Amino acid sequence: MSAEETHQSKLPPAQEEDAPDRREFLKQCLLASPLLVAVVRIAPTEAEGAQGNGYQPEEHHYGMGIDVNKCIGCGRCADACKTENDVPREPFYFRTWVERYIITTEGQTQVTSPNGGIEGFPTPASERGILRTFFVPKLCNHCANPPCVQVCPVGATFITRDGVVLVDTDYCIGCRYCIQACPYGARFLHPTTRTAEKCTFCYHRVVNGKVPACVEVCPTGARIFGEVGAQSSPLNRFTRFNTIQVLKSHLNTEPKVYYANMDGEVR
Amino acid sequence: MYKSTIRGTGLAVEPLNEQLYAVLQAVQGYIYPNEVELQWGLLIVLYPYLTGLVAGAFILASLEKVFNVKEIEPTYRLAMLTALAFLLVAPLPLQLHLGHPERSFEIFLTPNLHSAMAMFGFVYAWYLMVVLLLEIWFDYRKDLVLWARQERGLRKWIHLALTLGATDISERAVAFDRKAVRVVTLIGIPSAFLLHGYVGFIFGSVKANPWWSSVLIPIVFLFSAMVSGIALVLVLYLFTGLVRRSLDMACLDKLAAFLFYALVVDFSLEILDFIHRLYEAEESISILSQLISNRLFLSLVVLQALLGTVLPLACLLLVSPVFTGRGILQLPGELRRLLYLGCAVLIQVGIFSTRWNVVIGGQLFSKSLRGLTVYKMELLGMEGFFMSVLLLLLPLGILYVLVKILPPWKEEAVTAPSVGYAGD
Repeated sequence: MSAEETHQSKLPPAQEEDAPDRREFLKQCLLASPLLVAVVRIAPTEAEGAQGNGYQPEEHHYGMGIDVNKCIGCGRCADACKTENDVPREPFYFRTWVERYIITTEGQTQVTSPNGGIEGFPTPASERGILRTFFVPKLCNHCANPPCVQVCPVGATFITRDGVVLVDTDYCIGCRYCIQACPYGARFLHPTTRTAEKCTFCYHRVVNGKVPACVEVCPTGARIFGEVGAQSSPLNRFTRFNTIQVLKSHLNTEPKVYYANMDGEVR
Repeated sequence: MYKSTIRGTGLAVEPLNEQLYAVLQAVQGYIYPNEVELQWGLLIVLYPYLTGLVAGAFILASLEKVFNVKEIEPTYRLAMLTALAFLLVAPLPLQLHLGHPERSFEIFLTPNLHSAMAMFGFVYAWYLMVVLLLEIWFDYRKDLVLWARQERGLRKWIHLALTLGATDISERAVAFDRKAVRVVTLIGIPSAFLLHGYVGFIFGSVKANPWWSSVLIPIVFLFSAMVSGIALVLVLYLFTGLVRRSLDMACLDKLAAFLFYALVVDFSLEILDFIHRLYEAEESISILSQLISNRLFLSLVVLQALLGTVLPLACLLLVSPVFTGRGILQLPGELRRLLYLGCAVLIQVGIFSTRWNVVIGGQLFSKSLRGLTVYKMELLGMEGFFMSVLLLLLPLGILYVLVKILPPWKEEAVTAPSVGYAGD
């Protein structure tokens, strides 16, 4: 304390004027301490209500419907996803992408996804020999029985109470076991953070009552976001009026991305 | 868009991008876009290779203690030290491969009990602490005390410290040591099975990957571990025996015979796995056959099967005493030694290829089952070729130090305090 006093006496006048301010500041801090305690007490309960907007995760259970017949392969979903979620622009990192299937009259299947479909797809040279063709948007299936969550050695990837599979990037050790375990190729290691990355259903938007970016921008409404099993959900209506398939159902991952009008060729 | 360096390492992202664009050019058919980057590289090939050597060397050592195979007694201590040296290095490739090595301790603090990988730390710690160190300590304790009594200087203090203060070498105490070694070995055999079977399980339980997903994988891993461990100890014993001019040919013959038995079981299991896949002919069969004929022909058909298995099998069958006390072809000792060495080296190459074919092979085809990709190995860098060579040489360096501190040779296991330490 005495050292500080000597120090103060040697201060130039301008800074000496600051000294009472500092005292004032500390005093105010002391007065504010009950507030601090209150914040510390309230924070966990607030965190449970996510953004502090009264969001209750228990009240939701998200899924997505995709109508293959409606997808025109414009790739705006994949583009919007990269923008919204700051996904590296290189063609090796995608939270969502679009595949084009061309089935020839000989029964062969050709699949492509140049840059995830972001720039669209090149027109085939000729329609001759093509039996049928269609586009399939892909993303994390937010499985109810997710192999990625099962294998994560530290529990950095988890299912939220509202049914979304997320990665805690502050906790992920970057072992890549989850990427190996995902049957859908929906995960990648982010080249700068060195942690696992994947579709979050735009969780930051969803908890604020918005739909995921890919759903928002889809010009044909091929993607339907909503509550699984809720009575008045667009997703419920979608699954009611369509024949539904999920990807790789034999692996028992129980995906929550539901495809309508999907060809058996799709893997 | 995003920073051009890898966070925490300062390494530029560009070389990775360059590499991935090159991979993109080499892709055949369709792979999911996120599959362009191959996730587990050369370092993860080393991991099952190294733990396999540990488990194999230990199981060989146990043969002598538990099943009383007297011929291979000269290799007992060498095998134990080999297992220890390789076990110390085994976690390094994993650590170096992590995106965040500084967070690896989270596996111990908050393990996800549903994860096969989370158990690694515990299986490893159990094997190192409870099995290897304990067995080596009990086995060496009497010698440590005797060495400490006869030596001077640093060696005396090292050996004295290693006794951990237990300097009683009365008949009763030594008998207890022997009993303890036996008990630890009995626990050790299932533990060695656990250690490597578990490594196999990490791969075998990935249902997303039809090349890995097989209940046979842990068992194939175990037997290939035994094969590689025995072959390694054989090479080390041959080498040290020649250098020290005290090679026991009966021991070497027995090692070669065991190598043959293990190889027969290993090969049978691999063939079973192969036929089973071929016969079931599941959805993945077409891409897997393309994988073998296209991407893995050299490493699987040539190196693993022909050079690494069939050739050594035939050679050992003819030369080593597998059925009776003598080999089918009776060759002079020197030629036998040379052939054993050749077989053991070929087997090492074969087992390394086996690990390569599992780890890298399992990532060279798309989970869409519609295309093949390539693995572009780096030379420099954390996951590069040179780092892997270093990690393969490191256990040999550690083994050298261990052998200096704890000479495994029979003549140096002093019985009476007659002569001082003679060097090795």
